[in-house]
Amino acid sequence: MKLHEYQAKALFKEYGIPVPEGTVARTPADAVAAAESLGLPVAIKAQVHIGGRGKAGGVKLIDDAAGIASATETVLGLTIGGFPVTKVLVTPAVDIEKELYVSLLIDRNARKAVYIGCEEGGIDIETVARTSPEKIVRCEVPAHRLGELQAGFFTEFAERLCDDATQAAELATIMVSIGELCVGTDASLVEINPLIADTAGSLLALDAKIVLDDNALFRHPDLFSLRDEELEDPDEIRTREAGLSFVRMEGTIGCIVNGAGLAMATMDVVKHLGGAPANFLDIGGGASRDKVVAAFEVLLKDPRVKVILVNIFGGITRCDEVARGMVAALDESDVQVPVFIRLTGTNEEDGRAILEGTQLIFAETLEDAAARAVNTGGAA
Amino acid sequence: MSILVSADTRVIVQGITGRDGSFHTARMIEYGTRIVGGVTPGKGGQTKQGVPVFHSVPEAVAATEAEVSIMFVPAKFAKGAMLDAASADLKLLIVITEGIPTLDVLEAYEALSARGTRLIGPNCPGIISPNACKIGIMPADIHASGRTGLISRSGTLTYEIVKGLTVAGMGQSTCIGIGGDPIIGSTFVDLLPLFEADPETESVVIVGEIGGRDEVVAAEYIRDHMEKRVVAFVAGLTAPQGKRMGHAGAIVGGEEDTASAKIEKLEDAGIPVARMVSDIVRLLDA
Repeated sequence: MKLHEYQAKALFKEYGIPVPEGTVARTPADAVAAAESLGLPVAIKAQVHIGGRGKAGGVKLIDDAAGIASATETVLGLTIGGFPVTKVLVTPAVDIEKELYVSLLIDRNARKAVYIGCEEGGIDIETVARTSPEKIVRCEVPAHRLGELQAGFFTEFAERLCDDATQAAELATIMVSIGELCVGTDASLVEINPLIADTAGSLLALDAKIVLDDNALFRHPDLFSLRDEELEDPDEIRTREAGLSFVRMEGTIGCIVNGAGLAMATMDVVKHLGGAPANFLDIGGGASRDKVVAAFEVLLKDPRVKVILVNIFGGITRCDEVARGMVAALDESDVQVPVFIRLTGTNEEDGRAILEGTQLIFAETLEDAAARAVNTGGAA
Repeated sequence: MSILVSADTRVIVQGITGRDGSFHTARMIEYGTRIVGGVTPGKGGQTKQGVPVFHSVPEAVAATEAEVSIMFVPAKFAKGAMLDAASADLKLLIVITEGIPTLDVLEAYEALSARGTRLIGPNCPGIISPNACKIGIMPADIHASGRTGLISRSGTLTYEIVKGLTVAGMGQSTCIGIGGDPIIGSTFVDLLPLFEADPETESVVIVGEIGGRDEVVAAEYIRDHMEKRVVAFVAGLTAPQGKRMGHAGAIVGGEEDTASAKIEKLEDAGIPVARMVSDIVRLLDA
């Protein structure tokens, strides 16, 4: 789960990482009021879950009171990378002496928690890593020590980024806080880009990015409320609440599958055969009747869905349980589109017996089911 | 023949008294796997599916001489259970549980590695060596004994592919589900050398998906170090950027972890990549 800059900065503050003041505004009037209390000049920054806001025109530097309302209106009218801007962060503009990059991430390839630093900030770190890897400083930390390291552990790292000893000490302290924040919130990424030194030489997190581990949200009920449901597809929220994994696509063939890999492969087959999937939908392992009902509900209310393709390979999921869910879904809703089903694996015979006499059309293989779905009004 | 496990492997089940643990213990025993005990803290002394239950993994290992554990413990308690396993010096720990916090997995992985215990998973279907040993949740009857090895990041997609192999008369030496999480204990390159060295394995199928670089690393390894035929499949050609596709690890972050980038890297390394599941059999035969 991605956090907005303003949410990340609030957590930074809580963990002792220095950040500029700031206020969230949803209207030009709010932004004007915020700027008045913060003092000019200010930066108006779009709050969206995507990088490259500056290039997209989502960050404006304003030094006169008269310009704030119109600049805010412009930014609020933007859609950046598919995300409509619904709020901005108003924050005092800061004079920058120097920019750095610091992050802590879970490096899945190295299977390590790693601090990354760079003496240039405000950059695309992946590009720098490719083009000038010598500028990147890395520091791996054992996971069980993450939240308990002292500043001394980071001295060497910090001194490579800061020539000034006081500043290096300040950076090492910030790195300790980043580690505590990571453990305290189960973040998979904490990024400060840029971390700046102001004209007085003090370090300040000018931007903030935090990605939280979805798997760990159960132990952080307080962070749950930070999810920005405004930016989400309502059906994605609903299906998540039902315990399904759903992603909307552009096509006409609704897909209901058990297992993420098989769900992706099913979509791929549909496309390979000339159709277009309407969605990714994984009803999960051990899919219960309720989940199957919820899956049908969300597909049936989408008018673009012309045909439904169900692909179940029973393992931990039992075909008879899925079949009972199908029967309930057919009972509870008015299914007007053809439904092709491929059902195999654990308790397959029981599942087929339960579905006998229903309107579902059986196919023996995934490719057979997909081909028939594509031919029945699903071709792209 | 097989890698990692055999008909003689002695196995304990962590979380044996839970719904899934108990159900799959029965299926594994049915298959002929030597399940010698189970572990549920607080329930030591009981018997489940005909085997003794112990409070801790070291206790179970001392009593049963088990060398492998399969874990069904719920995500909330998984770290403790994995650290318990790490303290018992097992050869192998297979974690079926889905949804374990990444930092927990990382910490447990570090502890297990330090003690020389190999981790498979989490969030995986386990390992099967057909007709010899099943330590996992996969449906048994789709498998047949043979000479193809398989390593996959997925569960049900693996079943789909295995069934295709079996129907085509291509039995399997060992099939390993490595899991769909961002941090997994064993990746393709950790296991490919075992198949390369196994005299009974003739060819290997690797099944990848979007997210991470494991397939790219595997492509380089296969090109430089493997004589045996390897065929690949990568799920997620239609997956949009930035959306998590079910598995915690299946998310396209940048250009390099898309299915098409991975397919390109694999093909550049001379590894045939199937576009349809049914093509795998044809490519293995070619």
